[in-house]
Amino acid sequence: MSSAEGMDIRVPIGGLFTLLGVMLAGYGLVAGSRTTSDVAPVTNVNLWWGIVMVVFGLLMLALSRRAMGAPPPER
Amino acid sequence: MEGNPITQLAAIDYAIMAVYFAAVLGVGFALKRVMRTSTDFFLSGKSLPAWVTGLAFISANLGAQEVIGMGASGAKYGIATSHFYWIGAIPAMLFVGLFMMPFYYGSRVRSVPEYLKLRFDEKTRTLNAVTFAAMTVFSSGISMYAMGKLFNLLLGWSFNVSVLVSAAIVLAYVSFGGLTSAIYNEVLQFFLIVFGFAPLVYLGLRSVGGWDGLTAKLNAASVANGLPEGAYTHAWQGMTHASTNPIGVEWFGLVMGLGFVLSFGYWCTDFLVVQRAMAADSMTAARRTPLIAAFPKMIFPFLVILPGMIALALTIGAGPGAGLIPAKLAADGTPLIDAAGRAVLDYDLATPMMLVKLFPSGMLGLGLTALLASFMSGMAGNVTAFNTVWTYDIYQSHIKPGASDQHYLWMGRAATVGGIILSIAAAYVAGSFNNIMDLLQLVFAFVNAPLFATFALGMFWKRSTGHGAFWGLVAGTLGAMLHHGLTLAVGAVPGVKGGYFGLVHTYPSELAQTFWTAIVAWTTCFVVTIVVSLVTRPRPESELEGLVYSLTPKPKDQELPWIKRPASLALIVIVLIVGLNLVFL
Repeated sequence: MSSAEGMDIRVPIGGLFTLLGVMLAGYGLVAGSRTTSDVAPVTNVNLWWGIVMVVFGLLMLALSRRAMGAPPPER
Repeated sequence: MEGNPITQLAAIDYAIMAVYFAAVLGVGFALKRVMRTSTDFFLSGKSLPAWVTGLAFISANLGAQEVIGMGASGAKYGIATSHFYWIGAIPAMLFVGLFMMPFYYGSRVRSVPEYLKLRFDEKTRTLNAVTFAAMTVFSSGISMYAMGKLFNLLLGWSFNVSVLVSAAIVLAYVSFGGLTSAIYNEVLQFFLIVFGFAPLVYLGLRSVGGWDGLTAKLNAASVANGLPEGAYTHAWQGMTHASTNPIGVEWFGLVMGLGFVLSFGYWCTDFLVVQRAMAADSMTAARRTPLIAAFPKMIFPFLVILPGMIALALTIGAGPGAGLIPAKLAADGTPLIDAAGRAVLDYDLATPMMLVKLFPSGMLGLGLTALLASFMSGMAGNVTAFNTVWTYDIYQSHIKPGASDQHYLWMGRAATVGGIILSIAAAYVAGSFNNIMDLLQLVFAFVNAPLFATFALGMFWKRSTGHGAFWGLVAGTLGAMLHHGLTLAVGAVPGVKGGYFGLVHTYPSELAQTFWTAIVAWTTCFVVTIVVSLVTRPRPESELEGLVYSLTPKPKDQELPWIKRPASLALIVIVLIVGLNLVFL
């Protein structure tokens, strides 16, 4: 009974990371690879890391969807 | 507070923070309807899967001390800081999972002090409960103070607003959703910290020319600081003598003081972390909690220590005032200079400055949100441990026994409010009287150091008695105080740093003094507990079933697939940890 009566924590994690990832990647697309200092090499870190976060978020959502269809895990 | 902030945030950064706060509060509100009994509130109804409690197990501990402190130590001591993980935390986490969790979870106690009550007696429990409750309040106060100060410096945020807003958010989600809410948010925070810091390490390593570039720069730094080449990038080289490694401790003091006494004392007896495992949905899940936690824990040095090392590499040779880590300032605003004519660096700013200098807007918002998350998870961890110990071990056992469960649920919510108000007060005390906080932390160190001796004897020696445990703890604390009062680290002056009873020994570093104080406290407690136990009347064996190793049936894992068995998980962790120590030998 992985917290069936409460909530599956993978849903808020998945939702949060998907949203944050979309925000970051979107900002990266618009703002390009401007960086705040010359210490870091020029990489569009917002875009790439935003995409990674979206992938992670969707993976979490997919896992929770799969768990909902499956029988409850053994105790 | 005065001074210009170091950086400014863009709208995207604020938007990221706002989304995170909304998520944290949303989880708390959504869980409110599930909190029906005090067991739901304090122990999550013992219903959580092991991966959730496992991530919360390390995340609750991932407060300011860890993220900022380990970065600072990384800049100060280099990769040797990983001893706090690979010799310190990990072996202790394996031990609590394999050998101690059967007693915590199996005896159906609701808190660590309550175990002491069942195994020993009321006075041992009360001693532990009161000191623990006080400590949680002060730790969360210190965490809040550090956060308020840091965000004032970085972004110019008002200290009062930072402290009060973060306290209000933690209050909201803990008082609505209890331990489940704290644990769920800790899991959220765990991933946020990983996602916020991993790109920092990547960008940092690229900017110093990869691991080879980092090694070359840090080799130059170690020679400049009078240490053998490679001192910052090898964890064990030079550990035969205190003068040839950056932490200033020889291997025995390190392994016994940090690896054994301090780490086992914290990870095996501190209710803040043990509470997470006790929320698990079965005995096996409770035992797997610290073992699952050990996997991300052993990778954490790369997330939290490496940024500090990179910060040092970006500071060395950059010329005065141009390095990444700023110098500490004297009262008149000029940089502090040490005896050798070098600027004294403000190591606590190593990790925050890395975030500010390496991340563009957007990622900076994510990184700072991760930092805020770490502060808040540390605070929430302390507050949930406080409200439980207060309600069960102090209120129910001394002030109002026999009330209804609804009353204790109400008390838990009230204690959450009270704990947070006390933490805020502690944060302001920390701000106005720095020495008082140093003193309190010292007292807590004295109280904590002997604890593992009491638990080890209680769980594995059926002859140990309540009087033995109580007087052992008292003697261990006094032993720690005496040792600390008679010793000093090189260069320290008598006072809060030790030496207040006179000076019989000088240690090469403050860490060496801390580790040896712990060793003395543990040994004193161990010996006194045994001696007093032998002259006092033992409890009948029938009362100790489920509380002592030799009188408790061993947990059976045979029906589990091998990968899910605690013993095989522990074996994998041991192999990996030996490997990590060898790679960074």
